[in-house]
Amino acid sequence: MWTKIKRLRPYIPLYLMMLPCAVYLIVNNYIPMGGIISAFKTFRASDGLLRSPWVGFKNFEYVFSSNDFDIIVRNTLLYNAAFIIVNNVVGIMLAILISSVISNRLRKLYQSSILLPFTMSMVVISYIVFAFLSQENGLLNNTIFKNNPVEWYTVKTWWPFILVIVQCWKYVGYGTLIYIAGIAAIDRSLYEACAIDGGGTWHKIRYVTLPALVPSIVTLFILQVGRISYSDFGLFYLVPKNSGLLFNVTATIDTYVYNALVQPGGIGRSAAVGLIQAVVGFILVLLSNALVRKISSRNAIF
Amino acid sequence: MMFDSKLQQTICNAILMLVAFAMIAPLVLLFISSITDENVLIARGYSFFPEKLSLEAYRYILNNSTTIAVAYGISILVTIAGTLLAMLVTTMMSFSLSIRGLPGKNVISFFVLFTMLFNGGLVPSYILWTSLGIVNTLWAYILPFLLTNAFNIIIIRSYFQANIPEDVYDSAKIDGAGYFRVFLQIGLPLAKPIIVTIGLFVCLGYWNDWQNGLYFITDANLFSIQVLLNRMNQNVQAVLAYTGLSSDTLAKMPQVSIRMAIAYVAILPILIAYPFLEKYFASGILSGAVKG
Repeated sequence: MWTKIKRLRPYIPLYLMMLPCAVYLIVNNYIPMGGIISAFKTFRASDGLLRSPWVGFKNFEYVFSSNDFDIIVRNTLLYNAAFIIVNNVVGIMLAILISSVISNRLRKLYQSSILLPFTMSMVVISYIVFAFLSQENGLLNNTIFKNNPVEWYTVKTWWPFILVIVQCWKYVGYGTLIYIAGIAAIDRSLYEACAIDGGGTWHKIRYVTLPALVPSIVTLFILQVGRISYSDFGLFYLVPKNSGLLFNVTATIDTYVYNALVQPGGIGRSAAVGLIQAVVGFILVLLSNALVRKISSRNAIF
Repeated sequence: MMFDSKLQQTICNAILMLVAFAMIAPLVLLFISSITDENVLIARGYSFFPEKLSLEAYRYILNNSTTIAVAYGISILVTIAGTLLAMLVTTMMSFSLSIRGLPGKNVISFFVLFTMLFNGGLVPSYILWTSLGIVNTLWAYILPFLLTNAFNIIIIRSYFQANIPEDVYDSAKIDGAGYFRVFLQIGLPLAKPIIVTIGLFVCLGYWNDWQNGLYFITDANLFSIQVLLNRMNQNVQAVLAYTGLSSDTLAKMPQVSIRMAIAYVAILPILIAYPFLEKYFASGILSGAVKG
């Protein structure tokens, strides 16, 4: 025992250096994991979580008894599916175009501009979207829709498109950059060989570029599928201005969790949905990571 | 490479110019709206080519609103303090985990990694942080969710492992320098590129965060610029009325353009820093950094 402690002695400064981070992870991550019991309780602030009464699966029954659960699950999954497809397809196309530009300065300009929206906060983006969609003052109702203005924040029709566009605008630069790096790693002589064999542009893309990108595409795809139970809260909460009339097309698991939390008596429902999301997320992350490790172990998280 | 002929290059550039325009134009619209005359804005709406420009919104911000100045100050303070604290906490963990032969290293690595797999969700976090008394304090902006995460810890640890040769530690130990001094004098300077890169993402995460303010801040005196913007979305006057402005001054406020002006002021630091820092963003994305 004594020798063991003696062996640890030189490492004590390291343990002390890890301590703040460890304490933080315990408070920020581990204790809330235990807090999932809130899904099985009626939370009373005056009693604290531990002494609040147990209610079994009542919160879950309540959640399943309304249509809302089906809607938020459907929206979360479908929007994520749309985002994954659109972002990757647009990202690959942009990466191919940008990589082909001969002028260094222009190439850099394009790359900078597609990454800029990534740095903007969702609050600011919701203001910009409002400048386009405001019913009285919006750019769209004053130009394209001048003759038959649309009440954007009450009519559901357009929102799936609006959200996909806004999402793509903000995040497409991320994937594009990864694909540009993937293309930069391709041996140039492959393109020359393709040209000598009489291959045109399409052949080069089809038989050189895309096959080289497959590992990145598959890895990104799987990682994104692993997060399919989560949605960008800001995008779905701020951009449609949390409009109740748009619930059917803009509510996701994350907006539901927040809106239930701030409603009187909604905390149990919120916790129940949050727990389902976390459990599904856990299984999906494990599965997707196992897959990634098989395909490209460098990108696996563990 | 793929589009070699002159015609193809022209088409390629034309498409990308359009894309670049689509990426930047919304930000330009935001700026132009903020300098559009209030009456024109109400009568004609938002436009890239307004009939009349006016700096009234900015003048109003400068002359009247301490709320906005305070919010801006809070954002700056929280971003700087949060980023410094976050990077200190994160790099100390990363550095320690990069030391070969540290007893218990695997257990601690798993302890860090597991936080990526499972989380308790919003409700337990909300209850816990609230009970720790951070509501309506500046800690509410710094601590919950944002301070550190397993991704950043692992990325920086890998950098330490790949770039600091083992014998540096050995020689440091012979010199009598403890691990903490090795960390400060050798570790941090060598890891500067990755620390700047990850630090930039953390910094951006703090500057752009509005969710912690939504959950934990109700005191209008403590609104950061993003939180102020979010609340103004619901009601401009109510928010600015906290400042104790007379109803007369409030009535003269250019309501529509002032929101756009504040939003523009909120992204201004990013726009100014972006050309210089863009390469770090790019390398951060390629090393797998996630925002916030």
